[in-house]
Amino acid sequence: MQSLHTAQVGQLYRISAVQANALLPDCDRQLNELGFLVGEQVMVLRRAMPGADPLVVRIGMSTFALRAAEAALVGVQPEHDAAVAAGGMA
Amino acid sequence: MIEAPIHLYPTGPLVALVGNPNCGKTALFNRLTGSRQKVANYAGVTVERKEGRLLTPDGKNLRILDLPGTYSLYPRSLDERVTCDVLAGRAKGEKRPDLVVCVVDATNLRRSLRLVLAVQRMNLPCIVALNMSDEAYVRGIHIDEARLSASLGVQVVSTVAIEMQGDHALRQLFDDTSIWQSSAVEPGLPEVQENVQLDHERVQSILRALNLDRITPDETTAKIDRVLLHPVFGPAILVLLLFLIFQAMFSWAAVPMEWIKDATAWFSQQLVQWLPDNWLRSLLVDGVIAGAGAVIVFLPQILILFGFILILEESGYLPRAAFLLDRLMGTVGLSGRSFIPLLSSFACAIPGIIAIRTIPNARDRIVTMLIAPLMTCSARLPIYALLIAAFIPQKTIGGFLQLQGVVMFVLYFTGILGAMAVAWFLKKLTAAGRQVRPLMMELPTYRCPQLRNILMGLLHRAQLFMGRVGGVIMVLTIALWFLASFPGAPEGATNAAIEYSFAGMLGQALSVVLAPIGFNWQISIALIPGMAAREVAISALGTVYALSATDSAADTLGPLLAQQWSLPTALAMLAWYVFAPQCISTIATLKRESGGWAIPVIATTYLFLLAYLAAFITYRVALALS
Repeated sequence: MQSLHTAQVGQLYRISAVQANALLPDCDRQLNELGFLVGEQVMVLRRAMPGADPLVVRIGMSTFALRAAEAALVGVQPEHDAAVAAGGMA
Repeated sequence: MIEAPIHLYPTGPLVALVGNPNCGKTALFNRLTGSRQKVANYAGVTVERKEGRLLTPDGKNLRILDLPGTYSLYPRSLDERVTCDVLAGRAKGEKRPDLVVCVVDATNLRRSLRLVLAVQRMNLPCIVALNMSDEAYVRGIHIDEARLSASLGVQVVSTVAIEMQGDHALRQLFDDTSIWQSSAVEPGLPEVQENVQLDHERVQSILRALNLDRITPDETTAKIDRVLLHPVFGPAILVLLLFLIFQAMFSWAAVPMEWIKDATAWFSQQLVQWLPDNWLRSLLVDGVIAGAGAVIVFLPQILILFGFILILEESGYLPRAAFLLDRLMGTVGLSGRSFIPLLSSFACAIPGIIAIRTIPNARDRIVTMLIAPLMTCSARLPIYALLIAAFIPQKTIGGFLQLQGVVMFVLYFTGILGAMAVAWFLKKLTAAGRQVRPLMMELPTYRCPQLRNILMGLLHRAQLFMGRVGGVIMVLTIALWFLASFPGAPEGATNAAIEYSFAGMLGQALSVVLAPIGFNWQISIALIPGMAAREVAISALGTVYALSATDSAADTLGPLLAQQWSLPTALAMLAWYVFAPQCISTIATLKRESGGWAIPVIATTYLFLLAYLAAFITYRVALALS
């Protein structure tokens, strides 16, 4: 499964899972709280240079800076629904 | 900072404002209550409690409580726990609210709605204020109020907190008796455990009904970010901005500083003219006016620094700066999260250290606490400014840079470098330092800073600063005047009277330790009251030298020091102040925020050692070179 930290910049994705990780305790719950929930649309806006960490991520109506390790917990699938994507861009 | 007790207003229904951070809740609170506010702390904790009064159009008198911003009612941080406890009626010395106004950011309905659902489960009468509705409209987000109200089962009203009449509809709604009845839609549900997935589905269905269930790009903010977060331009702009702030602090403040100096001189002249030459005149002129005047003169510079910080905060740039610095902070084992408390510490370490509680990681909190006092707070500014003005020539280098500004920049930079070195050392020392640091930081939409909010913030700072001048500084200055004036000089003494006083003896004893770093006995005396707060050392020097003067026409402090001290001494003093933890309030805040004596004791010890070392090296190197 693809995760947010390998996602393409500017491409629309939909969240398919938010995983827990023992190295980042409570991280999944905090991500949920900020709005990273299954079914939400999400887009990587940019990656910090150099090192591609942290990432700037757009979710719903807000923007967050996430560390690559945090973004790796968010499983995503590319969004092919062109109509939704176009509607979002309006 | 003293924990003031809460004063309960005796009458009137209590209305609590609840909302996410950055939803404009505080602006709405200011709009509703105007100047009728009371700021204190919640009982037993250091979370700020703001209460105000509101008179509805029908003449109902309400108490409005501004609760700390929170994303959920699952208490994680101290702030969130307070909000939870108040809503549940568990807070000490606090009545359970009669009505909750959920302040919802109309530009970010998705996240706000989850909080509304959680509040509804608390079984309190509740209404929704759709704030920032103007901004949402501009961004093409149209929210059907009636439909939202129907799906939530509560009254919804639009507000624009930053506009004059923006709270009109809300004020009128307060007179509607129906909103004061409990509106719990799902009675019987347990109030505590929120069901993330269930709430999420409900929010999704509401958003679908409103046709808002998709990603909404923010073109303007994205465009600005393209420049400000650019890998090359971004950091360049940040450095330029910080440099500009420090240059401005020097050039803009010059004129008002002259005014304050003139006023102080005029005032003491009047007293000299009207009062007979006795101990009272000496206390007023040499103690009170010389001491207070030497400190108040730096108010313009402090306000300029705070002005810039407030503008950066309001505009939404600060989290971006944290983002840019995240890698850099990562190399010393911290996250960008630590940047905001550290930047606040440039104004004052106390709000900075309090802001540390927003850092989720416990180890990062401790490291940030240890290095926060190294950020050059505004209390160091008087000392830097005084010594730079007295010892560094006023000339322009490279065509546009002021030498004095450059020296100031170097001092600030040394503090930062020292902090980085300490953090790096702690990273190497502890295993936990090598783990991944959490970030998860919101980058809010850029907003034009509101003049009103900036001015209110500045006024608050000015009051705090003047309050300190009036309180701690005044008491210590007078105490020092006493120590420096008694006992008087014996018959036939040749030196200045102060050398025979208590302060003179104490200073001479201390100067044995401080002589190797180039400090004379006058500095040694001034450092004693300077323990209470850094800027007190200046007023203390003012008093010491005013009393040392053999003729009564005491010069202003700067030129006097330029005559009395060598350049190496002045430079050593500057180096000392980069590190020395001379601030009782900071140490007390460290103790309170860390919950024990370990952190304040470690911080104080290592900072004094560093200060001594830095001053020693500076003094010896400067001596060797001159």
